[in-house]
Amino acid sequence: MLKNRVIPCLDVKNGRVVKGINFVDLKDAGDPVEQAKIYSDGGADEICFLDITASNENRDTIFEVVKNTSKKCFVPLTVGGGVRSAEDINKLLNCGADKVSINTAAVQNVKVVEDSSRKFGSQCIVVAIDAKRNETGWEIFTHGGRNPTGINALEFASQMEKCGAGELLVTSMDKDGTQSGYDIDLMEKISSSVNIPVIASGGVGTLDHLVDGIKSGASAVLAASIFHYGTFSVNEAKQYLASKDIPVRI
Amino acid sequence: MNVTIVDYNSGNISSVINSFKEVAKDKVNIEVTSDLNKIKSCDKVVLPGQGSFKSCVDALNNISGLVDCLHEFVMDNKKPLLGICVGLQMFADIGYEEIETKGLGWISGKVSKINNQNGKYKLPHIGWNQINIIKNSKIFKEIENNSHMYFVHSYEFIPEDKNVISATTDYSSNIVCSVEKENIFGTQFHPEKSDKTGLKIIDNFINL
Repeated sequence: MLKNRVIPCLDVKNGRVVKGINFVDLKDAGDPVEQAKIYSDGGADEICFLDITASNENRDTIFEVVKNTSKKCFVPLTVGGGVRSAEDINKLLNCGADKVSINTAAVQNVKVVEDSSRKFGSQCIVVAIDAKRNETGWEIFTHGGRNPTGINALEFASQMEKCGAGELLVTSMDKDGTQSGYDIDLMEKISSSVNIPVIASGGVGTLDHLVDGIKSGASAVLAASIFHYGTFSVNEAKQYLASKDIPVRI
Repeated sequence: MNVTIVDYNSGNISSVINSFKEVAKDKVNIEVTSDLNKIKSCDKVVLPGQGSFKSCVDALNNISGLVDCLHEFVMDNKKPLLGICVGLQMFADIGYEEIETKGLGWISGKVSKINNQNGKYKLPHIGWNQINIIKNSKIFKEIENNSHMYFVHSYEFIPEDKNVISATTDYSSNIVCSVEKENIFGTQFHPEKSDKTGLKIIDNFINL
């Protein structure tokens, strides 16, 4: 039976982990490679890096991070943030990323998704959707949630599936950072409207939120801060899901 | 010993390279190449494959002499080869992804889309699934039945001779996820992304 995935996400800036937790035995809490290794040893089903490096001159730092991580972690590695073109995707894949997530570029030019899924295969193309509630449903935002687009999230999700996206990483901007749980309504609506896997993101504060995320129809649950701050380990999260009869890999 | 990972522009193979190097350490030489002479003279070959069946077959054919070289390695010299994902699928006679495409024909059968039962099952089949070992394959030495492996695919290999199947996985139906026919080995899942259990399979292949 296919298991639901638990994916810890690390925010990386200028090649360093932002908000990293000081684990015991950790030589360098800001080292993304060490953090990723702790997650994979702890049973993470995948590792996700979100590169939030703002300046262009430091953009190359993520490549070194990916290169070094992929030599130590033998679970899938997804990298997102600042991915603009097929060239960026190619570079990340060559460094050892298994999947690349595209956000702003997918909205600005759907051909990026079409071309890259054809060129590299759907299996490595994740489209990240940042959605915010409005009167009629949800609107997607780009540039790390700063720019409104007027585009309906459900329609965009279906369009991305047709363009060849292999997965959708759906983040609720209303919930992100609140630790009050995923936007379950959004996850349900998107999961049931597409036939590709959905990764739920944004808002996890407790282990029950992960349970709710899977029950909403998502194939995987992503969380950052509950793992960063050591509130829960990945293993604790998976044990809890298993205790609620949710199939996970233990 | 020399193990060659065939680099034929089939997409991202860095994870395959990293995992084999991790397992091989300094004991075994891992070469990444499409050089025909190097392939001919090595002891074992790994055939990765990402993207579509057609794109991988086309990429193999684009390197002059490569298909014949691999055929000789496997069918005449009977040396061990491990196909991963589309690398395994290409063993078939024919594949139906994008357009009907001829495969390598090393193990009779076809590659067709997983029946998603009208949307009941999401495709691609992505994530960790358990393998049901049905034959004692050499690459499963010390691998427990029902171990979890990482999968990413929408198409499945359906061999004519069921005796070649060494493991299946349950997704919509029993999908063939590993085959062994004499010196030919294949996994639909990604041992290079399947953590310690996956690395053990790679170790088993290297130590055949």
